[in-house]
Amino acid sequence: MGKKSSSGAPGAGTIRKPGSQIIVDILVEQGVEVMFGYLGGVVLPLFDKLYDSPIKFIIPRHEQGGCHMADAYARATGKVGVIVATSGPGATNLVTGLATAMMDSIPLVAITGQVRTTLIGNDAFQEADTTGITRPVTKHNVIVKDVADLADTIREAFYIASTGRPGPVLIDIPVDVQVTETDWKGPKEINMPGYKVRTRGHARQISTAATAINNSKRPVVYAGGGIISAGASDELRTFAEKANLPVTTTLLGLGCYDQTKDESLDMLGMHGSAYANYAVQECDLLIAIGSRFEDRVTGKLATFAQKAKIIHVDIDPASISKNVYVDIPVVGDAKEILNELIGAVEHKERKEWFDMLAKWKKKHPFTYNRRAKTIKPQYVIEELCRQTNGDAIIATGVGQHQMWSAQFYKYKHPRQFISSGGLGTMGFGLPAAIGAQLAMPDATVIDIDGDSSFNMTLTEMSTAVMYELPIKVCLLNNGYMGMVRQWQELFYGKRYSQSSLKNPNFAAVAKALGAVGEVCDKKADVPAALERMLAETRPCLIDFHVDPEENVWPMVAAGKGLHEMDGLDIFESMS
Amino acid sequence: MKHIISALVLNKPGVLAHVAGMFAARAFNIDSLAVGRTEDPKLSRMTIVVVGDDRVVEQVRKQLAKIVSIVKVQDFAGHDMVARDLMLLSVAATPEKRPEILALIEMFGAKVVDIGSKYVMVEVCGPESKIEAFIDACRPYGVKDMVRTGTVAMSRQKSRTQTV
Ligand SMILES: Cc1ncc(C[n+]2csc(CCOP(=O)(O)OP(=O)(O)O)c2C)c(N)n1
Ligand SMILES: [Mg+2]
Repeated sequence: MGKKSSSGAPGAGTIRKPGSQIIVDILVEQGVEVMFGYLGGVVLPLFDKLYDSPIKFIIPRHEQGGCHMADAYARATGKVGVIVATSGPGATNLVTGLATAMMDSIPLVAITGQVRTTLIGNDAFQEADTTGITRPVTKHNVIVKDVADLADTIREAFYIASTGRPGPVLIDIPVDVQVTETDWKGPKEINMPGYKVRTRGHARQISTAATAINNSKRPVVYAGGGIISAGASDELRTFAEKANLPVTTTLLGLGCYDQTKDESLDMLGMHGSAYANYAVQECDLLIAIGSRFEDRVTGKLATFAQKAKIIHVDIDPASISKNVYVDIPVVGDAKEILNELIGAVEHKERKEWFDMLAKWKKKHPFTYNRRAKTIKPQYVIEELCRQTNGDAIIATGVGQHQMWSAQFYKYKHPRQFISSGGLGTMGFGLPAAIGAQLAMPDATVIDIDGDSSFNMTLTEMSTAVMYELPIKVCLLNNGYMGMVRQWQELFYGKRYSQSSLKNPNFAAVAKALGAVGEVCDKKADVPAALERMLAETRPCLIDFHVDPEENVWPMVAAGKGLHEMDGLDIFESMS
Repeated sequence: MKHIISALVLNKPGVLAHVAGMFAARAFNIDSLAVGRTEDPKLSRMTIVVVGDDRVVEQVRKQLAKIVSIVKVQDFAGHDMVARDLMLLSVAATPEKRPEILALIEMFGAKVVDIGSKYVMVEVCGPESKIEAFIDACRPYGVKDMVRTGTVAMSRQKSRTQTV
């Protein structure tokens, strides 16, 4: 974060300001240019001061949407996202958004209003125990009861949110604290005895790791979202090139390593590529960087990477040896550590290993039935990737379409793929696209969404219209909660209990909300429909009526090892 | 295995909720928890006894250290330290059993702090094993009520002295 000082911020402690003005001045001081939020009784003092501030303010249609927008703004820029909500229902509406950001380590500062301090605990109108409710879904939260503490608390919130393993921080501010005046204090060095971030890796651990890499015959890098939050993509590329290493990424890591490169093994895990999963199971050294061995990545732990020594580079000491025992832990910032590793690794040929990987890659590519008469969802994404040259920012909902977006769009840059990985929050896609478009006004931003996910937050389409954001919704409408239907097909004898909705006419809804809406139900029309969508300067939705019973393959079913993928035979018959 | 973990925490509202919430959310079991002031008015000390294998306890330690209002965390396992529990216990003491019970109290180095017509209230301080042994010894007479503080612990100075 830039430490710009606010225009009206004096150094001396003689100027008195109300809490509301202090909040706005510190937001400006922290470099906030765009923020999100919704009004309510106990945040009116704050909104009154925002009226005269230079910060661009975006009002969503629902606080959850606003929180996802702030989250995606942060994902697209690396800056801290800021969301404001009123007490009670405003604050409780943030919970899903905060949990989404928490699981994916996204820096957010949430400011909630609270009833006046003298009423707290009395079940006052619109009172909720906001810090109690949000404790498990924030990196830190705090209620400020004394205006004298306000300035430092907000500065600390930005610091905590954006450093170490990033995450959301919530500050609950009673309305009387917002109107009480205090001496203005300028920024000083942050010193929190309970919060120390170690960014430098331990030198001996780094050299042990480098030796293991140099000695490895079959290494694989398994890179996660931590590479993106550390801004370490360039270092990752240099490191992998210098040491000659193949790279697979997690869902959240997509884009941290250019997928068009031969050394890219694409995504691993439950719906990852066969070649990445085989590589992990067969490697003799697994180099995990900024990833946390989540269950969707590892499959059955007892069979995970059994032939490998494991190096784990992570900023969060608690992530190390949490799920999987790690042989060589290196705690610190991925960028710093990669820079040191780059100096210590040697180029090794590893021809046999790369031949093996190339063979798997050739034998088991992501594929689908290209001869089908129906619109295959994978086809829409492949065509979209082609037409956008793989350069668009892609947001997604959660479900099959999310997995296909991970499999069939090839990402080249960090911060290009914006998706709720850890929490898997349906309804994330549309508000996320809005947040990303606000962050990157000139980029092509596309929400690849599912019909059920889109239903959850489609009201935000009118937010896109209000702020004239040219976001595009590429709706892969299969008429099902497709991912749920797939599980019911595979594990519940095709009993599709409650997994289809009667959908609205999405194109008509888009039009009614002031956007452009179109239906595409013929395979032959797909390319032209996408061309129109990409050329559109207004918010736009295309409702693609895709094959209703398409499945995501390959798949590592629950309880199976990564090498025990289903669907490879189906793959082979299709390609 | 039981581990004694000591956490130095900022004396701020909500800290206990952060700690208790983290334990609940991560399904760690607390055996006992003792909180009190320290010599520094800005800091409190929490002594937490947790049960679990080394990996679980290592996670507990790391997750505690992550809480922003926690300044320092120490696992006493393998450390030379003194650990104490304090207990008040009311034991049935009929006139004919009273001499036996008083002898027992004496033997344990415990203290009578209140005497009623049917019960005596005893204060016992010591390592957990001693407390447990005292409870067992009192059981045949009838334990009416008991309250325990939970373990508190402190590392020993370098110069080793005998436990008293
Ligand atoms: C808020 C929320 N509720 C429920 C789920 C469980 N869930 C995961 S995928 C899915 C279906 C998604 O359907 P859709 O958005 O149409 O995507 P598709 O799988 O059809 O591509 C459901 C219900 C979830 N992830 N998030
Ligand atoms: Mg669907």
